[in-house]
Amino acid sequence: MKILVALKQVPARDSQLKVDAAALWLDESDLSFEINEPDAYALEAALQLKEQHGGEVVVLCAGPERATSAIREALAKGADRAIHIEDDSLGAYDTLSLARLLSKAASAEQPDLILTGLQSDDLGSGQTGVVMAEVMGLPHATIIMAVEVDGASLRVKRELENGWFQHVAMPLPAVLTIQSGINKLRYATLMGIKKAKTKEVKHLTAADLGVAPAATVRLQSVYQPQRVKQTQMIEGNPAQQAATLVEKLKFEVRAL
Amino acid sequence: MSGILVITEQSGGVWHKMSFETLAAGQQLGRELGLPVRACVFGKSTPSADLAAYQLDAVIAVEHDLLEQYTADGVTAALAGLVKDLQPDYVLLPHTYQVRDFGPKLATRFERVLLSDVIAFKVDGQSVAFERQLFQGKLNASYASAAGAPVFVSLQAGAYRAETLVAGSAPVETRNPLLEASQIRQKPEAPFRESARAVDLSAAELIVAVGRGIKEEGNVPLVQELAEALGAELAASRPICDSGWLPMERQVGSSGQTVAPKVYLAVGISGAIQHLVGMKGSKCIVAINKDAAAPIFEVADYGIVGDLFEVVPALTEAVKKARS
Repeated sequence: MKILVALKQVPARDSQLKVDAAALWLDESDLSFEINEPDAYALEAALQLKEQHGGEVVVLCAGPERATSAIREALAKGADRAIHIEDDSLGAYDTLSLARLLSKAASAEQPDLILTGLQSDDLGSGQTGVVMAEVMGLPHATIIMAVEVDGASLRVKRELENGWFQHVAMPLPAVLTIQSGINKLRYATLMGIKKAKTKEVKHLTAADLGVAPAATVRLQSVYQPQRVKQTQMIEGNPAQQAATLVEKLKFEVRAL
Repeated sequence: MSGILVITEQSGGVWHKMSFETLAAGQQLGRELGLPVRACVFGKSTPSADLAAYQLDAVIAVEHDLLEQYTADGVTAALAGLVKDLQPDYVLLPHTYQVRDFGPKLATRFERVLLSDVIAFKVDGQSVAFERQLFQGKLNASYASAAGAPVFVSLQAGAYRAETLVAGSAPVETRNPLLEASQIRQKPEAPFRESARAVDLSAAELIVAVGRGIKEEGNVPLVQELAEALGAELAASRPICDSGWLPMERQVGSSGQTVAPKVYLAVGISGAIQHLVGMKGSKCIVAINKDAAAPIFEVADYGIVGDLFEVVPALTEAVKKARS
């Protein structure tokens, strides 16, 4: 079984984010980057399926040169090989044209299953997997908490709202977007890190794939959110802060 | 035809409450742009009469046996036909889990990108800027459509208020789309709950919730002690339950429980929108976080910027002292 995992490199979660001078994106100069967390869960799900059914796991990542580190990490964890669509102009692609770019590279691989995280921690559109499925003419399901493969068909557990779940079956090939927490993430072993260096990374460009950038939606500005509430900030050392908060909870909120 | 088409969500005659929030957004956008507003509800049979009680230009009930159970393929096919017929300028959807499943697929049929998870729109003449969050709520962004009609937009929970809906009387039109079972590849089974919930956080007066800031499972008792001192229920944001440090039934947020206690004390929780929608109805919100820019401070009544490993034990002591 050939499983393709689409993953994205995003700024590390605890980053201090500064809007750039043009107010159109972040100042990336001081940022460190990591694999988008939901995508890490998708990778883990793929590795577990391979352990059960055999086959191979191929990582697909579109990003600038720095995304190499995310690809290496995925290979070190156990992915067999990778495709890096390396392009510095990816910011000009909207979700649809980026999904077309990924789909073009994915189609050439003819995978049985495509997995990706349900959303990215940066843009948070939550659409790449669904749009890839539509572009490639494949069935899909989102927010997946369990995957069972039986021959040419698939049975997944979808998360619904308010603690509800649902099983859905569909034929392969298919696209799934994976919810965080579906499994326990593995660490790369020293052996894995060593092995990763010898694994194949195919480099493609947007021009190779023949997909032009398009922007059906335009990002106009990025800015700090405005506070909707007047927050009383409690100052002092921890003991003073604790004492002040207890006073407030007792006398202002009357909750103690 | 043009105007605004609001797509609502119901299941077996039970409305998703975000349907009415999205309808309110649709009415407001319609007023500001001077455009007619139509609402659509789909299913095997639909509670379309409920929508007809609002000021709308039309209610369209899209009904078909194959829409009895939600499938991405069935719903996309049915709604794509409707959007093609009506040619709306804007299609508004609630940002529910169901819309997250079919919305991007529907937009792709029209070579459009769904502007998802929108928290507000700003109308300037005939142009509209849509605001959404980036980086789990740490930053906001303003987007515009660059491709013209139809513009697909999904609205975040709580972004618009159902109470602002203007009552009226709208004609209902029923449509039966052409759908065939062979078009639908997903075979859904009946929805289920994992187990009966042993913990009902919705009834709690006081909640202490813990997030990623706690770093490791071994640190969770630190927050548990504070909850015990306060006589509060212990809750968590999704990553804590994902890691198995607390059971799923203690999760607050869009995929967990919705709570509205007297006091919600968020410890080491950054305040991603999926968490906020589950707790922002709390009467008093207290946030303890080392990052002064964390989105949780936007909804907090009281904020402490500090290291939770210092603040929480001090708070536990102070609560014990006040209680003794």
